[in-house]
Amino acid sequence: MSTRTVEMALATPGLDERGRPSRLPLSIGQPGDDDMGAEHMLVNIGPQHPATHGVLRLVLELEGETVKRCIPHIGYLHSGFEKLGEYRHYNQIVPLTDRTDYLSPMANNVCLALAAEKLMGIEITERCQVLRVIACEMSRIISHLVWLGTTGIDLGAFTPFLWSFYQRERIYNLQEAWTGARLTTSLTRIGGMMADVPDGWEAGLRDFTATFTRTLDEVDTMFTRNSIWCGRTQGVGVLTAEEAINFSLSGPMLRASGVDYDVRKDRPYLGYETYDFDVPVGEHGDIYDRYRVRLEEMYQSNRILEQALDRLARLKGAPLNTDDHRVILPPKGRAMSDMEAMIHHFKQVMEGIPAPAGEAYLGVENPKGELGYYFVADGTAKPVRWRIRPPSFINLACLPKLCEGALLSDVIAINASVDIVMGEIDR
Amino acid sequence: MTAVAPALSPSVDALRAAFGSAVLRAAVSCGDSIVWVAADRAHEILAWLKNTPGQTFNYLTDVTAVDYRDPDRPLEVSYQLRSLSRKADLRVKIPLDKAQPLAVDSVVDLWRGADWLEREVFDMFGVTFTGHPDLRRILMWDTYAEGHPLRKDFPLRGNFTRAEQTRQALAANPEAHYSMEELSIADAFNELPEDMKRRLLDGQRGELR
Amino acid sequence: MGLTLPPDGEVTEVPAVSPNWLTTRLDFLVNWGRANSLWPMPFGTACCAIEFMATAAGRFDISRFGMERMSFSPRQADVLICAGRLPFKLAPIIRRVWDQMPQPKWAISMGACASTGGIFDTYAMVQGIDTIIPVDVYVPGCPPRPEGLMYGIMLLQKKIKGETMADPSLRQELLVNEQGFFVPPEKIDEISEPFGNSVHQTRSA
Ligand code: SF4
Repeated sequence: MSTRTVEMALATPGLDERGRPSRLPLSIGQPGDDDMGAEHMLVNIGPQHPATHGVLRLVLELEGETVKRCIPHIGYLHSGFEKLGEYRHYNQIVPLTDRTDYLSPMANNVCLALAAEKLMGIEITERCQVLRVIACEMSRIISHLVWLGTTGIDLGAFTPFLWSFYQRERIYNLQEAWTGARLTTSLTRIGGMMADVPDGWEAGLRDFTATFTRTLDEVDTMFTRNSIWCGRTQGVGVLTAEEAINFSLSGPMLRASGVDYDVRKDRPYLGYETYDFDVPVGEHGDIYDRYRVRLEEMYQSNRILEQALDRLARLKGAPLNTDDHRVILPPKGRAMSDMEAMIHHFKQVMEGIPAPAGEAYLGVENPKGELGYYFVADGTAKPVRWRIRPPSFINLACLPKLCEGALLSDVIAINASVDIVMGEIDR
Repeated sequence: MTAVAPALSPSVDALRAAFGSAVLRAAVSCGDSIVWVAADRAHEILAWLKNTPGQTFNYLTDVTAVDYRDPDRPLEVSYQLRSLSRKADLRVKIPLDKAQPLAVDSVVDLWRGADWLEREVFDMFGVTFTGHPDLRRILMWDTYAEGHPLRKDFPLRGNFTRAEQTRQALAANPEAHYSMEELSIADAFNELPEDMKRRLLDGQRGELR
Repeated sequence: MGLTLPPDGEVTEVPAVSPNWLTTRLDFLVNWGRANSLWPMPFGTACCAIEFMATAAGRFDISRFGMERMSFSPRQADVLICAGRLPFKLAPIIRRVWDQMPQPKWAISMGACASTGGIFDTYAMVQGIDTIIPVDVYVPGCPPRPEGLMYGIMLLQKKIKGETMADPSLRQELLVNEQGFFVPPEKIDEISEPFGNSVHQTRSA
């Protein structure tokens, strides 16, 4: 048997004393093939490795430099979000959502509020919708910017990282002015928002939308026709449309494979059907197309932001929160001076908002793909089950398929192209 | 609040016509159509929903499970299906009596995307998916001994003391368990298809395709 | 896992030097060098790692502290920055990374989760990485702002500048006990008790 494995302490095949199959060598060569080329090697990447974008562990079985098998191991960041959510009121779950996909916290907040509102049957105001659209699209931009920067580093280009983080800082400033936090925004509440945008904030965002695409143009100049970039990405990690659907992929991963599916277009929420934007769709399903799709999505998000800003100007002074007193706290001034309002405030904060027994699933188009929150309620103020449909978890599941037959160095590029965030994969 | 009462998905009637009593009941909640089906025919029903023209639920959005606070209520495994072309959704739920062993047929052969999702349900709820090629814990480590975290009888902070949890965690070997043969989870092993058991036992490598 | 004391008799006692002009000058030089060229091993796991990246990027520019040379190999690193939550599944890994780092080494725990478990008082999370490895500086915040992390780094530099070869106890390596703990198990239970908000969460609905 010529195959060598790196793993130590292998047991002989068979059952151990507890009746489980004892561990076996990873690869077992065919009897008789003892040429050098058949030697397999085991390479372990992660869980603490700069190119795995978090604490992902990949075990690769190599034949020469070709990947025979890739086994991802996840769960190194499992923090028990879903369990914790069962012990919290609906509004208290909002801060948890910041920390699942921490590259796009505001979009997660919006999804949670929408799912809880669907469960409770609450309509939100138009101004709130517009502000939520702004939050979602800003998140899409910062999330794709991180992807661009880190993928650039993985493929040997450091400059886009500095560019994209500079632009991220500009959005962080806006986020901070709006919510008080750079990263953990906790922006939404059921039936409305935590706060309205401060005075002059729109001008800041307008300034951003007007100048931000220059960075994208620069990245475009640097990458799109760069022969190194094309060589590393074109035809690598290919997935066909049928496979992509069969793997339940979503977001840019699905669209790069040529499936024209975007939750914002196909089951619109927040009035997305009234905005004018295009959904980029790839045709080859390789890394290059995923890059093109994400780059174009940032341009489109910018377009949506500009339209939303126009609407926001029109809706100046319109109410932000719904007037449903079941879910909305009385204004602080009244709570401080009026007994009833104070009791109302106290009860709502301490007892939470009961949701009618039932269940609701709501999916939104997050930067990574379709993020879905699934609530099961039993009439109390805490959900029986809060399920996150994690887009990067489902997208990552096709990694073994993508890596099969690729070169070792391509694995890094393929893994980067999936655009994962471990906080959401492991939850 | 919308006044229009949302209608049950037409797929439910088609299901009733085709499978009769295997369709236990159906309901609409917050606009989502839900249909409860019997565990022993679930795989058949899901395959029918995927492959029948006019249904074409070709996209598996999510697989999850719900353990209710009421201990007598069955645990439910739920499949969230979608038809991309028809833009329709359907949630198929399989109630499992908690007094019996929790087991349903795996749908990995229909949707490859179910692979990790079912492993997660197995990890978090202890539901066995018969016929799954690689059923083992995914989020917790293989030797995790405290149970299935999302069950309602599992306390938020775990079953062991923090010191014991720390000790067990530090005793885990970060390099252990490399291949699919690491799937040495006792219950999962017994659920494996006969040929895979044989291959594992005489030391052959399993196919993961 | 973890380093343990060698059996009796193999430990060589190094006699302490009393401070004099020469040693203090030397101390100054060594500490100046060490404090200003810390090579961090970024153990970034979750959201805090994003703020760590922001600290490393153009605007906050960690290279002003001589730390731009991220050492992704623990063998060439001086300071382990644990940025983010640490679940139990990751505990043996951070312990191994820590064991692989050569002396002198320091650890910064960045963020509420790394320091105390933060909002995650759940079955899966280590309640503070100081139950796993010794920590020098805790940076509070969820996530700490880049300025906060920098303040933590400056505190660490201050600590390093206070070291002297006249007092080897400052530089003694903490070793694990036979159970593999740095802190006794009772202490782990005690510091992992629920507190503040985490008690309220568990109040039944
Ligand atoms: S402290 Fe806050 S920001 Fe940092 S890892 Fe924990 S939850 Fe995330």
